[in-house]
Amino acid sequence: MNSVRLRRVGMALLAPAIAIVVSVLVTTIVIAAVGSSPGDFWSAMFSDPSPRLRVNIINQTAMIYTAAVAAAIGFRMGLFNIGIEGQYLMASFAAASFAGAAYLGGFLNVAVSIIIAVAVGAAWAGIAGILRTTRGVSEVISTIMLNAIAVTLVGYLVDRHGVHEGNSVHTKTIKSGSMVKGFTPYEPRDGQVWALSILAVLVGVGFWVLLNKTRFGFDLRASGQSQSAALASGVNPKRMIVIAMMLSGGVAGLVWLPALFGDAGSYGTSYQSQLGFLGIAVALLGRNRPLGMLFGAVLFAFLSAQSNTLTFGTDVSPSIVQITQGVAVLAVVVAYEVVRRWRTRLERRVVADEVPAATEATA
Amino acid sequence: MPSEVDAVRLRGIGKRFPGVIANHDVDVTIRSGTVHALIGENGAGKSTLMKILYGVQKPDDGTIEINGNEVVLKSPTDAIDNGVGMVFQHFMLADNLTVLENMVLGAEKLHGIGDNARAEIRRISDRFGFELEPDVLVERLGVAARQRLEIAKVLYRGAKIIILDEPTAVLVPQEVDALFANLRELRSAGNSVLFISHKLDEVLAIADDITVMRRGTTVGTADPKTATKHELAELMVGSELPSPETGESTVTDVVELELHDVTLTDEFGRNLLSDISLAIHRGEILGIAGVEGNGQSELVEAIMGMHIPTSGRITLSGEDVTRWHTRKLREAGIGYIPEDRHRHGLLLDSPLWENRILGHQTEAPNVKGPWINRSGARKDTTRIVEEYDVRAPGIDTLARALSGGNQQKLIVGREMSGDPKLLIASHPTRGVDVGAQAAIWGHIKRARKAGLAVLLISADLDELIGLSDTIQVILRGRFVGTFEPSTVTPQDLGAAMTGGQTV
Repeated sequence: MNSVRLRRVGMALLAPAIAIVVSVLVTTIVIAAVGSSPGDFWSAMFSDPSPRLRVNIINQTAMIYTAAVAAAIGFRMGLFNIGIEGQYLMASFAAASFAGAAYLGGFLNVAVSIIIAVAVGAAWAGIAGILRTTRGVSEVISTIMLNAIAVTLVGYLVDRHGVHEGNSVHTKTIKSGSMVKGFTPYEPRDGQVWALSILAVLVGVGFWVLLNKTRFGFDLRASGQSQSAALASGVNPKRMIVIAMMLSGGVAGLVWLPALFGDAGSYGTSYQSQLGFLGIAVALLGRNRPLGMLFGAVLFAFLSAQSNTLTFGTDVSPSIVQITQGVAVLAVVVAYEVVRRWRTRLERRVVADEVPAATEATA
Repeated sequence: MPSEVDAVRLRGIGKRFPGVIANHDVDVTIRSGTVHALIGENGAGKSTLMKILYGVQKPDDGTIEINGNEVVLKSPTDAIDNGVGMVFQHFMLADNLTVLENMVLGAEKLHGIGDNARAEIRRISDRFGFELEPDVLVERLGVAARQRLEIAKVLYRGAKIIILDEPTAVLVPQEVDALFANLRELRSAGNSVLFISHKLDEVLAIADDITVMRRGTTVGTADPKTATKHELAELMVGSELPSPETGESTVTDVVELELHDVTLTDEFGRNLLSDISLAIHRGEILGIAGVEGNGQSELVEAIMGMHIPTSGRITLSGEDVTRWHTRKLREAGIGYIPEDRHRHGLLLDSPLWENRILGHQTEAPNVKGPWINRSGARKDTTRIVEEYDVRAPGIDTLARALSGGNQQKLIVGREMSGDPKLLIASHPTRGVDVGAQAAIWGHIKRARKAGLAVLLISADLDELIGLSDTIQVILRGRFVGTFEPSTVTPQDLGAAMTGGQTV
């Protein structure tokens, strides 16, 4: 039995390993093809990151990971929530507006803002869930549209009610008493690891516990694996879709909060978009598994941060890293399918091996 | 007509996989120009043997002679070169290509890809009555036509010995007859056919010779002219054949499930079920006979709360459960063996112990409050695997890796757990080999004796007659006849099922 488990773990690692090798190869070929030096590129990429970049990597990892968990909740249920981008935009704006208005002071302000972010993200995603269950609209379509609506809506609201400063506009700045800065592992100029990055840890652990340890998580996974089997087992599929969408959106609402309370202080030019799409990619890369996604988030954050060094030491454009990331995701999807088939074959063989042996024993 | 030299002679074939002997001492002789049936239970070693003959796997021992010459088959290409072709159970056709394109794919050198090939296809099709139009897209073909195309593909490549792996599994009875007509044509043209099946009626209808396999070896041959189904089945199982006979009645006067005039209407206003009334007592098995698609699935889904009836009332132990949801009904003590175990009964990519939880997500020993009780579920899975003889290496095996019979035994074991009051069993032994079938019947009979009420839906009339205390015939969503199993014959039921006669 142990050898079977060991083999299973080995095979689980095989697919990402193949994917990384393939993406490194493709990137190398692309760099060589445009006439730059792959050697320079990889030595720059794998150089020891400076303290400033290390801090950056941690902060980015936390945000990407949260977005990945949000995507994974949908994926595990068979839903493609492509609207994390819009959900955390709405949530970030709502939380920044509320915190900036300073109705409450100190930490209470932060706590309520977090709740608001979760609620707004959940509500925005819930629209897609309800459209799906009542009108049969695919959540892929509705969440993409809700992304566009969110961008327009937030743009309008911040322009209308925000603080204008020169050419830029932002929500009211959060008072320093309600900021949650974090700690400084190196020199102050290297920046801080934001305290609310801890949310990512909580989300990751919570996701694992929910999925593997609870009845609700079992229902969710069952629905994702087989709608028909879940229905026959007593799961109410409509209710499940709405809850899973809202849960996904709620987690999405947390994505940008570490940056908001740790550094930005308001929703404005320092808002970081695209984290939702990165999260989807990382969820794919990490196969919706808590640890796998952690690995994926670190990898993506590391590649993005390190690509900054390319501008100095090499003539390779930092954008090349996006090729590495893209190929990694593509390769991992293919590699997982290949490994999955291989594993099924292997399992069948194991069954075939052991079963007639048992027959002999009982005969 | 059979010629002097045998088409295929397998002598002493053995094949070992790590830890298991898949084949040993297998001897099969296929006379030239005959249909030879190879029968045996699931897991008897038929598939391995076929793969050896088709060059997919190399035997460890023994010899293969084709048309009198000893050959070594290293790959399917070798097999085809020796005139051996195989039609797999799962077709290997490209839907978006035409019949012609599928036919020449990979065999372009034989007759080109143009008019010569087209003429050759027409010739094969006309010769054997395949009715294949070269320029029709495969996606437009039905299952039977696809199968004929697969056979034609094999012939196109020059095969004279054709292996058919459970060819009738995907066909309806009329199509089976048509296939047999094709096979007879093939035979009269001097081809040899190896026909793999476990449907004994069909084997007796078509085969010239029969070889029986059990536990990896050939245990005997039979002459279809004299052998009976019973004898063949006993050869396959190796012991006295089980019968579904339930023995004396255990019906009590306590009504467990009652339906009053249940009607279910679809979105277009058509009645899927019309005024269905029934009562099942504790210790009673009510059998439902009917041609598939006459409302059986809807009846089950209405009782299971997956569809709420448009009108009528359902009571369980005297309580009105008409509008209850599936989970609540399951919690109230309904066990459910679904018709399609892959779609409704299992999470194929989950381990067995998680499948133990499926459908019982709110019941001990699977959960404690909102938490999954992993150790409880695992322990109980081990119990099911032992008690129900589920042949699996362990409870961490994925459900997908098990054979159909073992998957079904797991489901039966799961649904019998926690002492249900009512069991809804849809085709509980469909696609299950004879050994597992007997075991499942045994479990149902024992539970009936202990007071379980059972609604049994089956297409196997022997099973229905053997197990049931009462049989209702359903036709177009209505009950059209009630029969007493002790006096009814399959012919009577068949007539009622097709609307020939009502009682």
